[in-house]
Amino acid sequence: MFELKFDANICLSCGNCDCLTRCQYMDIDRETAKTEITKIASGEDSFVLHDCVTCYACEEYCPMGNHPFYLIVERQEELDIPPLPKPLIERGIQTGIPFRGEPEIFEAKEPALCMGVFSDLMYLIQGKLFDEFSVISEDPRKMFHYFCQLMYLHYARTSVIKERLPGIIETIAKHGAREIVFFHDECYGTYDSYCSAVGIEVPFKPVHLFEYLYNKLNELRDEIQPLNMKVAYQRPCSSRLSPDKHHFVRDIFDLIGAQSVDREYVDETALCCGGTIQGQRREGSRLRSADVQERNIEDMVNAGTEVCVFNCPACYNTMAGMVSRRGIRPVYMSDLCRLAIGEEPAGWR
Amino acid sequence: MSSVYESLVEIVGGEHVSTQAEELYIYSFDLGTTEPHRPDYAVAPRTTEEIQEILRLANREKVPVAPLGGGLSLAGLALPLKGGISLDLKRMDTILEVNEKSRYVVVECGVSQGQLTSYLERHHPTLMHSEPGAPPMATIAGNMAIHGQGDLAHPYGFNSDMVNGLEVVLPTGEVCRFGSCSVSTQWYTNHPLPDVGLFLGWAGTTGIITRVSMKLFPHKSIVGAGQFVVKDENLIPEIIHKITHTEMVHDLVAYSQAIPPFSSGLHHLTINLSADSEKELAFKMELIFDDTLGHYIRSGDGGYLGFNRGLQRPQVSKTSDWRKGGGFEYVGSIMPVETYPDCYRRGREISEKHGIPYTVLGRVIGMSHAMMFSWTYAFNRADPETMDQAREALHETDDLVLELDGAIWKPGTYGQKLVMERMDPNTLNLMKKVKQLLDPNGIMNPGNWEVS
Amino acid sequence: MTLAEYKYADTIHRCFRCGYCKFPVNWMDVNNCPAYARFRMETYSCGGRLWLTKAWLSNEIDWSEHLAQILYSCTACKNCEEKCPLRFNVDIFNMIQAARAEMVERGLVPAAVKEFLENVQRHGNPYGNAREGRGEWSQETGIEQYQGQDYLYYVGCVGSYDTRAQQTARTLGKVLLRSGVSFGVLGSEENCDGNEVNALGEETLFEMLAEENVRKFKDLGVTNIVTLSPHSYNAFKNDYAKYDGSFPVLHYTQLLRDLITDGKLDVSGGMNARVTYHDPCFLGRWNGEYDAPRQVLSAIPGIELVEMEKNRESTLCCGGGGGNFYTDFLGGSENSPARIRVREAATTGASVLAVACPNCMTMLEDAVKAEGLEDKLVVKDVSEIVGEVCGIG
Repeated sequence: MFELKFDANICLSCGNCDCLTRCQYMDIDRETAKTEITKIASGEDSFVLHDCVTCYACEEYCPMGNHPFYLIVERQEELDIPPLPKPLIERGIQTGIPFRGEPEIFEAKEPALCMGVFSDLMYLIQGKLFDEFSVISEDPRKMFHYFCQLMYLHYARTSVIKERLPGIIETIAKHGAREIVFFHDECYGTYDSYCSAVGIEVPFKPVHLFEYLYNKLNELRDEIQPLNMKVAYQRPCSSRLSPDKHHFVRDIFDLIGAQSVDREYVDETALCCGGTIQGQRREGSRLRSADVQERNIEDMVNAGTEVCVFNCPACYNTMAGMVSRRGIRPVYMSDLCRLAIGEEPAGWR
Repeated sequence: MSSVYESLVEIVGGEHVSTQAEELYIYSFDLGTTEPHRPDYAVAPRTTEEIQEILRLANREKVPVAPLGGGLSLAGLALPLKGGISLDLKRMDTILEVNEKSRYVVVECGVSQGQLTSYLERHHPTLMHSEPGAPPMATIAGNMAIHGQGDLAHPYGFNSDMVNGLEVVLPTGEVCRFGSCSVSTQWYTNHPLPDVGLFLGWAGTTGIITRVSMKLFPHKSIVGAGQFVVKDENLIPEIIHKITHTEMVHDLVAYSQAIPPFSSGLHHLTINLSADSEKELAFKMELIFDDTLGHYIRSGDGGYLGFNRGLQRPQVSKTSDWRKGGGFEYVGSIMPVETYPDCYRRGREISEKHGIPYTVLGRVIGMSHAMMFSWTYAFNRADPETMDQAREALHETDDLVLELDGAIWKPGTYGQKLVMERMDPNTLNLMKKVKQLLDPNGIMNPGNWEVS
Repeated sequence: MTLAEYKYADTIHRCFRCGYCKFPVNWMDVNNCPAYARFRMETYSCGGRLWLTKAWLSNEIDWSEHLAQILYSCTACKNCEEKCPLRFNVDIFNMIQAARAEMVERGLVPAAVKEFLENVQRHGNPYGNAREGRGEWSQETGIEQYQGQDYLYYVGCVGSYDTRAQQTARTLGKVLLRSGVSFGVLGSEENCDGNEVNALGEETLFEMLAEENVRKFKDLGVTNIVTLSPHSYNAFKNDYAKYDGSFPVLHYTQLLRDLITDGKLDVSGGMNARVTYHDPCFLGRWNGEYDAPRQVLSAIPGIELVEMEKNRESTLCCGGGGGNFYTDFLGGSENSPARIRVREAATTGASVLAVACPNCMTMLEDAVKAEGLEDKLVVKDVSEIVGEVCGIG
């Protein structure tokens, strides 16, 4: 079975314990952090395992790349400290079961793009930026065959991820593309970060959507009409697995003339959309989630945000209505890019 | 040409009566599993007066009349089981009056649920009616005639409890009005006059409802649905009890189904809330999801899945395509809420025995006074074997309802027979006398509720 | 053909007859299927037609003139496809078209359909008028014969022969001339585009027309086409590719919009009128173009554009599609879709009912007369409104 590459000694010799001291949802000093991460590393119970909101951020905060977040969720599972009530976990696990027949395996020409479980969002990949793509997983009935499974980190069920992921990778690989742009950065994080952390082999090279968009927009530079909009980016949890790609957000904004607002919860201090937090088992989770959302959106409003830019469909589903009620237009990054080259994206209408 | 046909043409005009094979074919089908029954005439009247004349003619000539609204009962209730006239009432589709202050609407019998929903949204946005889960073609009056329920069943009960007045054409052709409209120009109440209640729940066997006054209710500006999930079906009755105790919820439904897999073996509660301000909504959400359900969340037995604003309009017809086959039928029942666990377990067994993915749902009626529990069986209309399977499962489920001390809602002929076998003999005898009194020639929707 | 041989044998039974197909988006009435609105019998609803088709192909019922009329009463408006919540909705009209094709194959079409098809075959138009007269509408307009100009202005049968629609064809031509567009027409060389022939299920004749037209367009070196009728636009855009004819095609409202945007067409003269716009099915539901005509109208100073309650995806068809402007299976009643539609237009308080299709023009103008609304409501094509603004009669 696949094992997490985690080195307890790295934590023992770590001076800062950024993983826990920088956590935005628990107030932990350096000393406590050291004690708790050591306990977690050695398989003992810790309040951290009970209070973690599974925002993924510690995976980015750890300067040593020692995968503290993957460790926390593995330990939650081992010690039976589920972050969510059991019916939600069972529901989540069952959600990923394909039930409408086998996928059609075709030879994907490059460049290829994989929609993962977001085949319903094909309207987001139209126009010049996407028309060359051979699209994998465009049929919503078959999309669970392409489900990266990483959502189960929120469920503390890495066992499910490890069990299912090799089959998913095999299905994607059958399409034959060597390089695949992933529509969602959770998929990218799966194949780039998680698989290497647990030793699952990936026979294709994942490409981050924003890296692709940035490069493609550069090709179409002449067609860009600066948007002159004040934008805030709702950074998803999965983005913490690919911090090296996060700069493309600003790079794209710069390229298309979108002005990134000056705000408190941004980049490494970005706040979770609250979608996962609201259902957690810990007392007061729904109100905690509402508080996080309120602070997040208030911050956007105070910074003069006109458009809230999304990467993750789950964040969008959770927050689009909320931001629009505060006068901020919700839009996916792909649609924003299409707008910049004079197209009229469906999602924008 | 028969004299009946000629008379019908004289009454409704040639375009609205047909004896041609095409109309007789289409009007011989129900959308469920009931075998087709061919009418001799398909007739679509426009006025109460036309209906009076048709019934006088039918009574004189002893021609059966099967009134048809949206045709969505699925239980064969609007089929001309003994031939005669299939009376399509959908041309009678005028919304006659909305009284905002007294919160009621008067409609002709062919007005569809969708039409009323839309009318209120556009012209009286602070009012709503209790809209059933059926497709929007279902008619207001048809739903009354079968004791339907809608999305306000929890606070306000059956739709037939919301009647403020009726206009009915008797099988012998007379028009009767019931409720305040019988003594005044207003249709604001069904009380306090002597209650004759002979038309609701009778599935058109005692007369044809031509006009209905129905209560309307406050429609708040924010509406949405919260979802709560549990694994243990035994928890559902107590959770329903607790939620209904808050008196804060608009609609409360529990469901479980095999497909899609996420819901298999789990029970989802859909909890509709409405509010006129963020403050009101926040208060209600806290009361329901934190104060009332928090205990289940902390114990790990129940999960809050979130709250989505806006309500999806009924999409029940998608069920018909589960087997890529254009059909489904369900047994609906009115059950005590505490039977939910048995209803689920036993229904699931029946489905699995017949190789049909199980689908069950319970909608709370009143303050947990009852629930409408349904077991749905999809079939493929092109595959007679799947229709037989569904039919058998439906009959077994009818049996189950009575075994669990429930009452079958809008039963087809099989279920009607079961109910009448169990019914108090004096009641049955009274039904028989009423029927003989109102419909001496037995022309109204014969084959249904026939007391032997 | 048996049911098993029918192209949609695996699909046709999937219609549940739930009735969403009768509604507009907002559910305000059940009259958005034109045939059902006209007759209000279940047989004439979309579900009724599908069930009857299956019954006929599986020999549960025999063919009859009445059955054929029911199938041909469908105007191909696609309201059902927009509203049906099930996955097979994209094939609903295809199922009707395939059943009609079988009727054509067996020689079992209604007399009016037969006449329509024979006229197109013999004379290149459904009216049975002489081919030579096809270009007469453009006499003394200064509109040139096509000889390699930037655009082929394709007029279509209705615009070429119907007296009222000819006015529209002329006005549009003059507007294009005024805008300096390089274009020409085929005149008596123009042939039927075949859109209705295809909808009526005469596949062989459609194939012939498409091949001939493609050959002609290629021989003449046609590069771009602009059409008067959304029906022609639809055929060229969506069906001719199969016959090796992928020509860039615009509906004229798209071209006018571009000309106004580019400053080549000056509409600043304005017009003081309250206008409501009726979406043609073959421009709207078939091709998703709802905006161009509205953009043209909105660009004209003084026009107050008001929407009917049923607009865009919810538009009630004029009842003329699928050949019904000629076969007239939906005519003769106050419940004829065109009459319902002009009553809806009148309730907006608009004095002008704008159309962008010659079929809609003829259907709705007749309906205005039948409803006695001549004093309140005038039907004008978008091109005619633009023409008036530009001082072109």
